[in-house]
Amino acid sequence: MNAETLVTIILFGPLIGAVVAGLFGKRIGDKASMSVTTGFLMLSAVLSWVVFSQWTWGGLQPFTHVYAPFIHVGDFVSNWAFRFDGLSAVMLVVVTTVSSLVHLYSWGYMADDPSKPRFFAYLSLFTFAMLALISAADFMQLFFGWEGVGLASYLLIGFWHHKASANAASIKAFVVNRVGDFGFALGIMTVYWAFGTIEFAKLFPLIAPAVGQGWDFAGGHFSLIDLACALLFVGAMGKSAQFFLHTWLPDAMEGPTPVSALIHAATMVTAGVYMVCLLSPMFEYAPVAKNIVTVIGAVTALFAATVGLTQNDIKRVIAYSTCSQLGYMFFAAGVGAYQAAMFHLFTHAFFKALLFLGAGSVIHGMAHEQDMRRYGALQKYLPITYAVMTIGTIAITGLGIPFIDIGFAGFYSKDAIIHAAYAAGGAGHPMGYFAFFIGILVAGLTAFYSWRVAFFTFNGHARWTSEDLEHHWHNRDHAHDDHAHGAHDDHAHAAAPAHAETHSEPDHGHGHDHKPHESPWTMRIPLLVLSVGAIAAGFVFHHQFIGEHNAEFWKGAIFNAPSEHHGGGHDFPLWVVLAPIVVSVTGLLVAAYMYIWREGLGAKLAANNGILYVFFYNKWFFDELYQATFVRGAKFLGDLFWKGGDQKIIDGLGPDGVSALSVQVGKGAGRLQSGYVYHYAFVMLLGVAGLLTYALWAWNA
Amino acid sequence: MPLLSLITYAPLVGVAGILILRAFAKDEARGVEATRWIAFVTTLATLALSVLLVAQFDASNPGFQFVEEAPWFAGLHYRMGVDGISVLFVLLTAFLMPICIAASWKSIETRVHEYMVAFLILETLVIGVFCALDLVVFYIFFEFGLVPMFLIIGIWGGARRVYAAFKFFLYTLLGSVLMLAAILFMIGTSGTSSIPELMQYGFSPEAQTWLWLAFFASFAVKMPMWPVHTWLPDAHVEAPTAGSVFLAGILLKMGGYGFMRFSLPMFPDASHQFTPLIFALSVIAVIYTSLVAFRQTDVKKLIAYSSVAHMGLVTMGIFSGNAEGEQGAIYQMLSHGVISGALFLCVGVIYDRMHTREIKFYGGLVQRMPWYAAVFLLFTMGNVGLPGTSGFVGEILSMTGVYQVSTWTAILAATGVILSAVYMLTLYRSVVFGTIENPKLQTITDLEWREVAIFTPLIIATLWMGVQPNIVFNLTDASVDQLVRVYQAAIGG
Repeated sequence: MNAETLVTIILFGPLIGAVVAGLFGKRIGDKASMSVTTGFLMLSAVLSWVVFSQWTWGGLQPFTHVYAPFIHVGDFVSNWAFRFDGLSAVMLVVVTTVSSLVHLYSWGYMADDPSKPRFFAYLSLFTFAMLALISAADFMQLFFGWEGVGLASYLLIGFWHHKASANAASIKAFVVNRVGDFGFALGIMTVYWAFGTIEFAKLFPLIAPAVGQGWDFAGGHFSLIDLACALLFVGAMGKSAQFFLHTWLPDAMEGPTPVSALIHAATMVTAGVYMVCLLSPMFEYAPVAKNIVTVIGAVTALFAATVGLTQNDIKRVIAYSTCSQLGYMFFAAGVGAYQAAMFHLFTHAFFKALLFLGAGSVIHGMAHEQDMRRYGALQKYLPITYAVMTIGTIAITGLGIPFIDIGFAGFYSKDAIIHAAYAAGGAGHPMGYFAFFIGILVAGLTAFYSWRVAFFTFNGHARWTSEDLEHHWHNRDHAHDDHAHGAHDDHAHAAAPAHAETHSEPDHGHGHDHKPHESPWTMRIPLLVLSVGAIAAGFVFHHQFIGEHNAEFWKGAIFNAPSEHHGGGHDFPLWVVLAPIVVSVTGLLVAAYMYIWREGLGAKLAANNGILYVFFYNKWFFDELYQATFVRGAKFLGDLFWKGGDQKIIDGLGPDGVSALSVQVGKGAGRLQSGYVYHYAFVMLLGVAGLLTYALWAWNA
Repeated sequence: MPLLSLITYAPLVGVAGILILRAFAKDEARGVEATRWIAFVTTLATLALSVLLVAQFDASNPGFQFVEEAPWFAGLHYRMGVDGISVLFVLLTAFLMPICIAASWKSIETRVHEYMVAFLILETLVIGVFCALDLVVFYIFFEFGLVPMFLIIGIWGGARRVYAAFKFFLYTLLGSVLMLAAILFMIGTSGTSSIPELMQYGFSPEAQTWLWLAFFASFAVKMPMWPVHTWLPDAHVEAPTAGSVFLAGILLKMGGYGFMRFSLPMFPDASHQFTPLIFALSVIAVIYTSLVAFRQTDVKKLIAYSSVAHMGLVTMGIFSGNAEGEQGAIYQMLSHGVISGALFLCVGVIYDRMHTREIKFYGGLVQRMPWYAAVFLLFTMGNVGLPGTSGFVGEILSMTGVYQVSTWTAILAATGVILSAVYMLTLYRSVVFGTIENPKLQTITDLEWREVAIFTPLIIATLWMGVQPNIVFNLTDASVDQLVRVYQAAIGG
């Protein structure tokens, strides 16, 4: 089979699975739905590795395969297509590998959920949308995938739709992403307006000649490419949860843990990084936009790490960690090291999915308790989970031996980013050193909070009792009954036996003893596979991704302006080489001191409620700020326009006024007085409309 | 074969059938059932003829096709014809009509004969609007369309139906009077009432200004544009479900169609001159009514306000004067016809069961109505403009068109993509998600087969138009290109 056929099967397999499980799930049953979705994903994953190996070692060349036209209006031309190149090849293996493992993992994790077909349908739908995103050959398909993964994310965050918190989180995720998409859409329009095309292949050659073209916009003079890139980056900020638009990601942890691993760690949230790398031919000519990317990335890395230090919910720590790692990828891209950004995206997918699924295994074993203050001493009960979580933690903290270049996955990619930032600073990138120092600092914070999770969970004394767990099982079954309730009613024949099975399922230890228990094999296999990735992904692939000859791997998918530094091959001062590993080990030691050797110190520090602690613990008060401004502002304006504008002013003077006027005139002028207020208000409204008209006319004149 | 007249008057055959039946039927109950079937079959036949029309339509010809011309009375002429802009509105009307009839099957129990007759006459009049190539013919169809709608709201509507019908009538009538004056002036000045000839005529700039304003008064009310939109939420709330479907699906589009058929080609200078006004009102419509929609407590009112916001994108797209904007506006109108119609049907489903539209009354419906939840979700996403649904294509194109003319208008309007997500998802959560708190909902039932059958074509249309919009653009391309070319030439652009 040729590569076109292979990628077509990879792309549409998950869609078929989603449709089958989504529409016929109730008819064909849970097992069949799970098998068909997981089966198609496994097929996609295997084929993706086939294609990826052909790309890496077999000389496969980039191609674009067009399936059908999408929108053709004037020059606004978009097709349904598969764009295969170095970037999409990397993303193919990342997405399908993690997704297929998450599908498998969900067999165990979601075993007692009454809506399994729906869950698996959503997972597969997500995978399809993500594949459509990475294979787009123009902005419209990119946007289709972009919002498609947003839909799947919304559906999966709110999967347990009986929970008010899950519903709120899902809306928040969608709306905050829409704020990003607002910028993204305007960026696309700017590109079209400036270059007359939205197809990447036609667009990129037009960029270099357009350098220096300015545009008077909102009273300032801007470089057109900078403006387009900055707007597009707003979209990336939303999807990848960067500073200002990050608030949805921690809340997204309301979704089932496999979802957090797949969508909110390994794949969807990296779409923003992917987009910036894909658009490297544009960003390379947009110095201002690159500075923005660098600063936002670095600030996010720092911000999320500081918040991650203090959180107690195991999933939230990992969520902030994701946010922070995405920040690394962005500042790498911002300093022009797209290869390093993509490499970190690649390695991060393995170890972050591993950490999340490991956390899921802990949560599963602890009867859905997520608060680490109720964990402790779990290594004895969850030995495999303990082992893989430790591997994941080593990988994310980037442990390795600098001079002989041996280490876990994060070692290669994170150090590459930090070095690239240093090199960029040396080469005159205004934000290079800034990003470099933040990168070093955050590496230390990362080590601390990551090891904190490991030690707090697996070491020390048990802060739980068998009674706690029993209590949890009890509560959980109750909650479970609540949300299963409706489902029971509308397809009672299907759901009731499934639920009965749940109770008799042995691997919970439910009803026997209330000890934490290791997860079933469907959950353990993905953990083991991902562990291999977390250990080896960096070692095996760093030559291809960021080595001297990385151009032979990327084959033109990433563009670097000639003067830029990127990737390895530089001689750095010794302290630059050693700094990441030194801070990393320091973070490890501090965490060990606080959570093993002086167990309880962390809790004591937290109880002090120092200013910094409160600030970090409350996530820099972003939620409160947004609630007070945007949410309340929208409600206030909505009420004002509705009750004031529509009802009193417009209707009061319009139809109601007309009929009332005759009555009022009859009654004398007394009643008419109160009407004057509304007349004034009406004139004001018209005035506002007039002013806006004038402004729009003047701005465009 | 005068295909257009055939399509236009085909529904009247059904009217005749119902009247004959009424005169001779002995058994009332069977008579009512027969009336429903006659109406349904008639609208299906009209739909078949419309499909035939589109199939025979020559997409490469930018001009009017299937032209019919005959002297009428008193020196007036009867002229019909369609181009790429109007032909799809004929199809949309014929497509939504059987759905309206089917949706009224059980919910309308009183005066069924009169109801069906009103709907069939409405169909004739509206198709006539889109086919008319003569000012007088257009005016007659356009204005008489008001009457059956007025009756549908006033007779079969809810508690405050008389108020709503009156408000609807008052607003539209006001616009019509001015338009009539303008039409009389145009015929007097140019000596012709033929729309194709008037497109070539070239009115003086001063005349254009006044004529534009007169037509604007009428079309702005129909759209409706801010601030003459307040009749719409009331009309929707009081209208029966099928009335809302038709109102949102078709009647609102007559305003947008009017702008494209009259304002742009006949008064290009005035259109250009008033573009900032249109942009300003459209932007206000998007932001203001989206925020108002967010605060609604009545499902239907919320969707009605959302319609106003979506029509804001249409008006700005039309006055962008470029191909992207015009195509986007047309597409947005077609798509909104399907999606808003479907949303009103979604409201109808729960209203038929519970007889209330209060958002607070509902909650947790997914627990009892999973299929309904899925259908409602699809149209919610369509209304939000999710790519893959028809809603996206129109939005992105009209904004792209506007962006090239007025960056700020597009930026302000694009906030609508955020706001629409806010109010639609909030609505969806309140109605569908959560647990069932209201004991009255414990026994609510999922979609029945008749409802599934009603939704199926709408689902297909929403997705198909979302993924393959080019099939539509192929039909509209030539006519839109000509419209844009002539307009740009006229304004010296």
